[in-house]
Amino acid sequence: MGYNPDKPMDGRISDLGPPHYEQFFPPVIKANKGKWLWHEILQPGVLMHKSETGDEVYTVRCGTARLITVNFIREICDIADKHCDGFMRWTTRNNVEFMVDSKDKVQPLLDDLKSRGNKFPVGGTGAGVTNIVHTQGWVHCHTPATDASGVVKAVMDELFDYFTSMTLPAQVRIALACCLNMCGAVHASDIAILGIHRKPPMIDHKRITGVCELPLAIASCPLGAVKPAKAEVDGKEIKTVKVTVERCMFCGNCYTMCPAMPLADPEGDGIAILVGGKVSNAKSAPKFSKLVIPFLPNTTPRWPETVEAVKKILEAYAKDAKKYERVGEWAERIGWEKFFEKCDIPFTEKSIDDYRLAYNTWRTTTQFKYTSHIK
Amino acid sequence: MAKHETPLLDQLESGPWPSFVTDLKQQAATKPECWDILGILELSFKDRITHWKHGGIVGVFGYGGGIVGRYADVPELFPGVEHFHTVRVAQPSSKYYSSANLRQLCDLWEKHGSGVTNMHGSTGDIILLGTRTENLEPFFWDLTHDMNQDLGGSGSNLRTPANCIGESRCEWSCYDTEEACYKLTMQYQDEIHRPAFPYKFKFKFSGCPNDCVAAIARSDISVIGTWKDDIRIDQAAVKEYIAGNYPSNGGAHSGRDWGKFDITKEVIDLCPTNCMWMEGGELKIDNSECTRCMHCINVMPRALRPGAEKGASVLVGAKAPILDGAQFSTLVLPFIPMSADNDFEELVEFIEKVWDWWMEVGKNRERVGETMQRVGLPTFIKVMELEPIPQMVKEPRSNPYVFWAEEEVEGGFERDVEEFRAKHAA
Repeated sequence: MGYNPDKPMDGRISDLGPPHYEQFFPPVIKANKGKWLWHEILQPGVLMHKSETGDEVYTVRCGTARLITVNFIREICDIADKHCDGFMRWTTRNNVEFMVDSKDKVQPLLDDLKSRGNKFPVGGTGAGVTNIVHTQGWVHCHTPATDASGVVKAVMDELFDYFTSMTLPAQVRIALACCLNMCGAVHASDIAILGIHRKPPMIDHKRITGVCELPLAIASCPLGAVKPAKAEVDGKEIKTVKVTVERCMFCGNCYTMCPAMPLADPEGDGIAILVGGKVSNAKSAPKFSKLVIPFLPNTTPRWPETVEAVKKILEAYAKDAKKYERVGEWAERIGWEKFFEKCDIPFTEKSIDDYRLAYNTWRTTTQFKYTSHIK
Repeated sequence: MAKHETPLLDQLESGPWPSFVTDLKQQAATKPECWDILGILELSFKDRITHWKHGGIVGVFGYGGGIVGRYADVPELFPGVEHFHTVRVAQPSSKYYSSANLRQLCDLWEKHGSGVTNMHGSTGDIILLGTRTENLEPFFWDLTHDMNQDLGGSGSNLRTPANCIGESRCEWSCYDTEEACYKLTMQYQDEIHRPAFPYKFKFKFSGCPNDCVAAIARSDISVIGTWKDDIRIDQAAVKEYIAGNYPSNGGAHSGRDWGKFDITKEVIDLCPTNCMWMEGGELKIDNSECTRCMHCINVMPRALRPGAEKGASVLVGAKAPILDGAQFSTLVLPFIPMSADNDFEELVEFIEKVWDWWMEVGKNRERVGETMQRVGLPTFIKVMELEPIPQMVKEPRSNPYVFWAEEEVEGGFERDVEEFRAKHAA
């Protein structure tokens, strides 16, 4: 049996949806769903949840690379089989979690994880840096302005001690998106690493007729910079587009709509750093991340400029913020002028919004702080 | 497939964080195309630019989503990744798995694909990374027939919904996020697999306002648990916190000496609505002033719990910045019950109303949040047949430019200028 290419529709099954989650619950989870009373983080990466039935579940959280092989998943399954009745789960931030139903099973699990080299770092809980949410980058995507897994590895190597400890004022969520499409939705992260382009698209006149619907390419530009044009290809006049370069904001939406408008470039592309976003409604409302470093180069294989910038922001925050204060709450309390000073980041006009709704970000009060910016 | 030299990637094998390079190299022992994955990635590290072509429409019969086509732009150098299509497999709620299930999926992916995955994609799916066009149908056959599993969404359709861990292991969840996610995913299989929308559409289900699945930032319909009645207080436990016997914030801050727990400084003074105080050794809350932000509950999980009359707030229209800027979801339904017993009918009814309208008026590649911006929130509220309430805005408008409708103004808009002039010389 199996797929028969001669009769593709025979025996086809579709629209099954995902498997029902309950069959994958560890027994202690199944018995206590909806009955949990409280939790405590016993040590970095180890949580205990207490049920009204008296049951306890102990969770050990490990960071993973997200880009993982079936080999590696089988190793995770081995660990789950050995310690956790064959069950495990992943968090929304690419951590894998192993659950056991009594305290005496925790240490053997931790020992086992530790014996496997650097594959299963335990941490990512509480007031620390948890795993980075990220996109594909150069390993799979056609529009990236930077890599993803490589940058994440370099940053997490440097921030490793913050993953395995809980010494920060609050949790710090770092995210990476390798272009402005933001599949990684970095727009509400404490620290966002964002791939950006800086050169306008090239127009491949030879290919545009076959691969591109010109009205869609023209409509794709939010600033009207893509205009109808004519060009000569092999002695024949064809309909094509041109780009008004002064209007281009390098969003790449035209390339998404039209493969004949590539804009990636080794020198043009790099990373912008945005900070101060949050998703949680705790204390203050959710916030967008704000652009504080407009460009850092793609220095492969370890992006030292990006790693240093992230670490510098994190350490200034760690030193200065109050308990429970997220990065954005800290920046708002001290004022953004102080943020730039304390993080030792040069302020440039590129951090001043000149796009839609820009006025909302301009300061319309006499309240400010004297920093080194005022000469 | 030949082994390639990877001097740049090799530098990502050192350091304490798990190395995807080491993992890929080990996998290459049994799946030699992993050498070509490493090879093409090494070339990108050298050239500092991607080597994947734009697009490629591939899929399985009858579905318009679930597979993302991908081709190498240097196939002659790396024939093992000439085709490198992505398969999105719908994940179970909360991403719980049995090892038996995952092992079967691994075997399937080793047979039909590269053996490389993402656990998980940003939207929540299991991502199987890299296979050839001719493998897609055989893979899909085995996935459906042998595993009883299915693809997720891609393109202009409902994307695979996702949820936080919910009641299965969190004391704060105000509804069953897992069941809501599962039920609606099953109900809308057609919308997930066959694109009929102006653009992508996402649901995300968070159990409380901490919003661990980032619903408010990332989903067109954000369903975020909340409650109506009073925060439940265990005064004895409050005393234990004050005495320093329970760690603040569930032990989240135990790595640094922040001094003795101070309920005034750490809870009462940080409450955004100042609705808490101590009286006679007890913690008091004026619940009518509370906006249920979760801070006090986060800090004292053994003393405080969400109320017992639970449900969800429904917000609409979040998206990343492309194109006009990022949007968070806007509060539209402050409180609805969320019950599996009636198949979440209040939510379902609202979702379908939004879809009916958006499918009619939404432009190509316009997220529903952008459609709302274009027509304005008052129009959206009207077409959703809702009463406008102050909870939908942060503050009233500060300009007076109201679009009055003719029927709202006495005498209508038709006037006689001659009659006007008879009384008012020009």
